Amino acid sequence: MIPEFGHFALIIGFVLAIILTLVPAWGALQNNIKAMALAPGLAIGVLVFVTISFICLCVAFLQDDFSVKVVTNNSNSLLPPIYKFSAVWGNHEGSLLLWSLILSSWTAAVAVFSRQLPLLMLARVLSVMGFIGVGFLSFMLLTSNPFERMLPGIPADGNDLNPLLQDPGLIIHPPLLYMGYVGFSVAFAFAIAALWGGSLDAAWARWSRPWTNIAWGFLTLGIMLGSWWAYYELGWGGWWFWDPVENASFMPWLAGTALIHSLAATEKRGLFKSWTVLLAIFAFSLSLLGTFLVRSGVLTSVHAFATDPERGLFILVFLMIVVGGSLTLYALRAPAVASRVGFEWVSRESLILCNNVVFLVSTLTVLFGTLFPLFMDALGQGKYSVGPPYFNAVFVPLMALLVPFMGVGPVSRWKRDTVRRWQSELLLPAIVAVLCGLTLPLFEAEYNIWVALAVSLAAWLVLSLVRDLWYRVRQAVSVSAGLRRITLSYWGMFIAHLGFAACIVGVVATSQYSVEHDLKMYPGQTEVVAGYEFTLVEIVPVAGPNYVADEARFKVFSDGQMIVSLAPQKRRYLASGQIMTEADIDAGLMRDLFVAMGEPVGDDGAWAIRLHYKPMVRWMWLGALMMAVGAFATVMDKRYRQARIRRTIRAGGREQYGV
Amino acid sequence: MTKSYLLAILVFMLPIAPAVAVIETYEFSDPALELRYRQLTQELRCPKCQNQNIADSNAPIAQDLRLLLYQQLESGASDGEILDHMVARYGEFVRYRPSFEGAAIVLWLTPLVLLLVAVGVVILALKRKSPRAESSDATLSAEEQRQLDRMLRDSEHGS
Amino acid sequence: MASRLKLFLPLLLFVALALFLFRGLSLDPQAMPSALIDQPLPAFNLPALGKNTQITRDDVLGEVALMNVWATWCVSCRVEHPYLLQLSDSGIPIYGINYKDEDAAALRWLAELGDPYRANIVDKSGTLGIDLGVYGAPETYLVDAKGMIRYRHVGVVDERIWETVLQPLFLELTAEGNQG
Repeated sequence: MIPEFGHFALIIGFVLAIILTLVPAWGALQNNIKAMALAPGLAIGVLVFVTISFICLCVAFLQDDFSVKVVTNNSNSLLPPIYKFSAVWGNHEGSLLLWSLILSSWTAAVAVFSRQLPLLMLARVLSVMGFIGVGFLSFMLLTSNPFERMLPGIPADGNDLNPLLQDPGLIIHPPLLYMGYVGFSVAFAFAIAALWGGSLDAAWARWSRPWTNIAWGFLTLGIMLGSWWAYYELGWGGWWFWDPVENASFMPWLAGTALIHSLAATEKRGLFKSWTVLLAIFAFSLSLLGTFLVRSGVLTSVHAFATDPERGLFILVFLMIVVGGSLTLYALRAPAVASRVGFEWVSRESLILCNNVVFLVSTLTVLFGTLFPLFMDALGQGKYSVGPPYFNAVFVPLMALLVPFMGVGPVSRWKRDTVRRWQSELLLPAIVAVLCGLTLPLFEAEYNIWVALAVSLAAWLVLSLVRDLWYRVRQAVSVSAGLRRITLSYWGMFIAHLGFAACIVGVVATSQYSVEHDLKMYPGQTEVVAGYEFTLVEIVPVAGPNYVADEARFKVFSDGQMIVSLAPQKRRYLASGQIMTEADIDAGLMRDLFVAMGEPVGDDGAWAIRLHYKPMVRWMWLGALMMAVGAFATVMDKRYRQARIRRTIRAGGREQYGV
Repeated sequence: MTKSYLLAILVFMLPIAPAVAVIETYEFSDPALELRYRQLTQELRCPKCQNQNIADSNAPIAQDLRLLLYQQLESGASDGEILDHMVARYGEFVRYRPSFEGAAIVLWLTPLVLLLVAVGVVILALKRKSPRAESSDATLSAEEQRQLDRMLRDSEHGS
Repeated sequence: MASRLKLFLPLLLFVALALFLFRGLSLDPQAMPSALIDQPLPAFNLPALGKNTQITRDDVLGEVALMNVWATWCVSCRVEHPYLLQLSDSGIPIYGINYKDEDAAALRWLAELGDPYRANIVDKSGTLGIDLGVYGAPETYLVDAKGMIRYRHVGVVDERIWETVLQPLFLELTAEGNQG
């Protein structure tokens, strides 16, 4: 009964989403306040029913209801309960349901937290979000029903969750990623509502900015977790593969990065309005495009999805309606929202433009590179592969181009600044940064031009930020007073930019200084990698809840001191018979030690073993974490919180849109 | 219910190849060869697999190609010769770094062209705008000013 | 007016992209044409299966023929085997490339299931396979009388593939050979 109940709830949610799309939109057109005022309630209604549906699917998984097709295909009675739960979204249908749940949560959140919006605006925003919900709910109901039964002939047990997905990182990676993807729908809906109304008032950017920053923060976390998961579960030391599925999440991130900066200029200065609107459309369009790419099978990815041309066609049609429709609206209405504000060449506005140019070009480059094989195939030009060597070759210089401007950005002033002021503020950081680059790599290992460059760029970012902070603090009566005066939104920027610097150092150090050694090892043998002695003590069989494994037990010594025991495994999962390599990693801020098992070599007890020394690989993820924390911090800023205070006051009195 | 529907692998993120670390234990006569081997295995695409290089794939064809690569490196072939050898047999498809010829020239030039166009557009737009920078001290329209005033008033009441 | 028109640029780019994506739905990113189409069959000198002789490139030239890459470990090969027998009975010359297989197993297979092949080339280490750009079995190459590779089919050869793809090409090439 429960699956049918879930299916039924999904249908009610779908119907409510249709009403949410139509009624407030009709109200907005007719200026019917009653119709518009229905929007928040409807948004919450959609959330309630989608949540019920989601809970029903969770129950089906947790109760091992193998009459449900997705449960049979993705779960097993031996599966630990936490993975039964995460298996809910470890498949095409369930992940769509999660996507819909998150979308309806964002929609309801907008309904609840944006009551200070003019009713007309709120009705339009929620109607647009409702329409996106209609698209995904109908996609699920028509092509990918998660509650489909296996009738007749209910299997005794399920096929088990893919062992790769039986991992803590993968429990939270998809929800975070979807929070980001779907979160951009809020900025998108605000943009469409603004175009629809034909005016972008100064408050528009202030309203959509916190939502966008939160979405961007979640997307950052999601991508970070995906990379981290690949590193220890799939990549055998690799952490980014420029696979189409990865690019599908990276492109919205790049466009979103441009968007959050452009939004800052729009909020503070009323600038770049039509450009910001276009970026908001672009960022969410890329989220939708990503969905198409990973579920339609038009590109080959190492991550196989439920690829089905029928589903691909559905998403494509939806994509055409949403993106085509919004770009048409943009083309027709954009002049109405164009900015009338000017600024000088030497100003923060120009630097934000630099940011936008680099991120836009990066986004389009990744997009073009990802789709290039498809373009060539469609044009009959043969089969091409575009992989990491290409993307690294074009992406790294673009990012390097960004950093010099990025250092100046926080120091610079809006509207009008002088080169002389920049010089007096930044000459010292620049000189010290170059000196850092010239000398620092000497301490680590042999001189490496790329590491030197990376250290210089990172030092430039950090020093200019610190210089700026010091400048701001110095202006106050005392240091503590100065620190207190600094807004949370400044701290957010500060932390996020520091995070970017950490990323640069991590990426370059780990790609330049990593040592990888594949070899045949016998129990008792010791091998030295980057000064660490890895001793293979023994190889023993072990058993887990739903797998059996061979486990290699290593002791690692440095300067004669034992520093850690590592125990990588080679597992065989009982239900599926799949073989999995489980690496073991000694993580550290300055270096990771990574051991993975290959196959037995010969009959005399030797195994193929991979030993890795990865310096500063954690800095990358730490940096991404800082970026996300920064994004969340900006949202806590006083000026956004004021909106909330005002709301409570309003709630006590007459609602703005009250009857 | 179509057949392909039933056959579709209803899995969210399942690498087709089993997730088994590929670890070859070739012994190279020169550490430089091992470095080149590592690099080339990452630049060559496994023809049979999903999107995987031959370093990460356990497919038999990837094993064969790794062995071939090892033999060619040991026999002193240059990177260019090895890549040509592979492309002659498996097509341009095996190269993750498309060569700078034919249609792939477009691929390589795109980022540069995009960058130049973007910079050009920005400069043009700024040139058109900058003369007005002096005159337009009023950055907000009357309507925006009204909006903002209301917001600020509200927030004062709030705090 | 021009400034208004340029606002349609994003839409136009998107429409172009959507057309490509739509086209992509009916393309198979996995399908790979052989790099050796209209290239000469690579030279080889390998043992003939079940005989104590070597077989070379020259031995298989002279008439339009199919070269079928097969192995006993290959499940689909068993599926296409009966149809290959039919083709060979109707007079189509088929040469086998026994790819990365055991001789004994291959001979047993042929004894049990019948032998559609004029001759079988033993490619135990897969070197001829790599020269041909083989990436899995079964694959079937159409080679003309002069030894040029004209077509490759990846996967099982059945009646549909033969009648719609291979036979028309085969007849065309045979006719060409007779004229020249």
